Amino acid sequence: MAILVNKDTRLVVQGITGGAGSFHASQCKAYGTNVVAGVTPGKGGTFFEGTVPIFDTVDQAVRATGANASMIFVPPPFAADAIMEAAEAGVALLVPITEGIPVRDMLPVLPFLRARGVRMIGPNCPGIITPGQCKIGIMPGHIHKPGRIGVVSRSGTLTYEAVGQLTRIGLGQSTAIGIGGDPIIGTKHIDALQLFNDDPDTDAIIMIGEIGGSAEEEAAAWAGLHCKKPIVGFIAGATAPPGRRMGHAGAIISGGQGTAEAKYAAMTAAGIHIVRSPAEMGSKLAELIGHRV
Amino acid sequence: MKIHEYQGKEVLRKYGVPTLQGGAADSPEAAVAAARAIGGSVWVVKSQVHAGGRGKGRFIGEVDDDALDIAAAGGDAPGKGGVRVVKTLDDVAAAARAMLGNRLVTKQTGREGAIVHKVFVEQGCQISREFYLAVLLDRSVGKVVVMASAEGGTEIEEVAAHRPEAILKEWGDPLTGLGAWQARKLAFGLGLTGKAVGNFVKLAQGLYRAALAADTAMLEVNPLILTADEQILPLDAKITFDDNALYRHPEYQTYADPNEVDPQELEAAKYDLSYVKLDGNIGCLVNGAGLAMATMDIIKFYGEEPANFLDVGGGADKEKVTAAFKIITADPAVKGILVNIFGGIMKCDVIAEGVIAAVRETGLSVPLVVRLEGTNVEMGKKIIGESGLKVIAADSMSDAAEKIVAAVRGV
Repeated sequence: MAILVNKDTRLVVQGITGGAGSFHASQCKAYGTNVVAGVTPGKGGTFFEGTVPIFDTVDQAVRATGANASMIFVPPPFAADAIMEAAEAGVALLVPITEGIPVRDMLPVLPFLRARGVRMIGPNCPGIITPGQCKIGIMPGHIHKPGRIGVVSRSGTLTYEAVGQLTRIGLGQSTAIGIGGDPIIGTKHIDALQLFNDDPDTDAIIMIGEIGGSAEEEAAAWAGLHCKKPIVGFIAGATAPPGRRMGHAGAIISGGQGTAEAKYAAMTAAGIHIVRSPAEMGSKLAELIGHRV
Repeated sequence: MKIHEYQGKEVLRKYGVPTLQGGAADSPEAAVAAARAIGGSVWVVKSQVHAGGRGKGRFIGEVDDDALDIAAAGGDAPGKGGVRVVKTLDDVAAAARAMLGNRLVTKQTGREGAIVHKVFVEQGCQISREFYLAVLLDRSVGKVVVMASAEGGTEIEEVAAHRPEAILKEWGDPLTGLGAWQARKLAFGLGLTGKAVGNFVKLAQGLYRAALAADTAMLEVNPLILTADEQILPLDAKITFDDNALYRHPEYQTYADPNEVDPQELEAAKYDLSYVKLDGNIGCLVNGAGLAMATMDIIKFYGEEPANFLDVGGGADKEKVTAAFKIITADPAVKGILVNIFGGIMKCDVIAEGVIAAVRETGLSVPLVVRLEGTNVEMGKKIIGESGLKVIAADSMSDAAEKIVAAVRGV
């Protein structure tokens, strides 16, 4: 089961003939993801790796292959347009990996997706993986292991770190989602927590946040009232100075808002088990659920 | 990217937002010429630095150390500030002379201050009230919000902390923008009446449109003023652009002021490295922004302070790793280096080769701890192990942090 993606997911890759797009389409395919189509305007009628049909438009791809998820590797200036194309074509789950989309381009995207009932993970994210079933994104598949822990994080490599710690101590993952480091994203911590809470195949959750915005506080407030499953929380950037952007477009403390301390406080108040050392995410979770290492 | 006030006002005028007349100058003579061109008998000479709090700022060399300490703390120190009202052309020249080439200490610059390379001479005006207005993204709803407060001149952080109800907000619709009715709500909320309401509506809508058209991440006007003749004008303008959108505004790229950026950060930008200088003594080289922050945090967790944030990105090659190494070691405060890589797309053996090449090229005068994990980790560890270099290998983040902290402490 897990959440959002599984062995029945049918993936179209937008930008499949570009450098990153073709590399990762190939990697996802090798992992076992059902890659049914690619889209590159002007390359319709050709094939990717000899077997995956390429189309000029997402609409054509969906009609011909029944694709229900899209991984998007379109360059930043054209990415928002590509996202809306996929939504209009009826793709239910969009995973734009692209980093560097202007905020102004993303402003109309959210209401556009909402009106069509489409879910987006990202942009500027590593993607989503249900180990052993489906990988949509750029994460290294081999560090994952099927299991019953949900992982949600804004970052890429820090998600891998959490997954790696879990796998190392024998705890597999139901689904791991990197929701993205941009200020405007489709799926927030709170959405991921809700999905994991409702998923019968998830027993416990690691939630990783970072400085900037208030999404972690909002998720914590919800979890305190509604989440039935234990959560381990870590916030990256406790040592980051205010007013400086730390790599991710959204990782900035501005106007005194978005500090790690405020997020830790909200998590603690909600009964989330925080760790101050990122090395203890896995071990803390094992301790919570009585898993012997 | 941050820009100066005089540049911010240029941007606003481009989108039809009215401003006072003014001119930028880099010499006292040019300042006088600017004042002459403006005309009138009252001018304001303003130091152009990116830091805020210029009015309460004080100049090194012009006042004593006690006054500078007060200025750095944000207090009212004796002496003249970074913004001066003058009534003769001689005083325009004198104010410019006092500012240009000197270091202004404000609450935001720290005690070392920021050098003033340009002044902005602006026409004087009669202020009857001051407000605060900002246009920025509200991340929680994914919309652009216009924030206004009647407490102009005060920093919005202070208002938000003590009187959050004094901050009025209206969210622009992604399709229709900021409605006149929304701007009116703000105007009446601020207590404006008569002609000033209409003028405020025009200005607020103009600022909203400018913020979107120019792709600003932050557009802050503090104060926004009501003049004696009921005009509404931006007395200050602080703009930060959305870096991801700069490609479509080549004309704004020239606004970048290298004087305002740390030289190591400038160097890092050349190699597309994301680097932020910090005050600690342990340099970090990490892939991924989240992991880079977490690495800083774990250094602190074990009792030391990080010297920098550095994300080499997803596609780092040998050249980038070498450049990153040079930038880290160029900081004299660095007493040890921690490399923390979780290989995904980026393979650990490539990173290992990059680290070895960098150390061979730049030499190594401080302890270096390397932690590799993920794709091709065994190959990476082997390369480091067989290099014959004095590299301390670590197995996990905590192991790495403990080892580098012990090494810099000489344990």
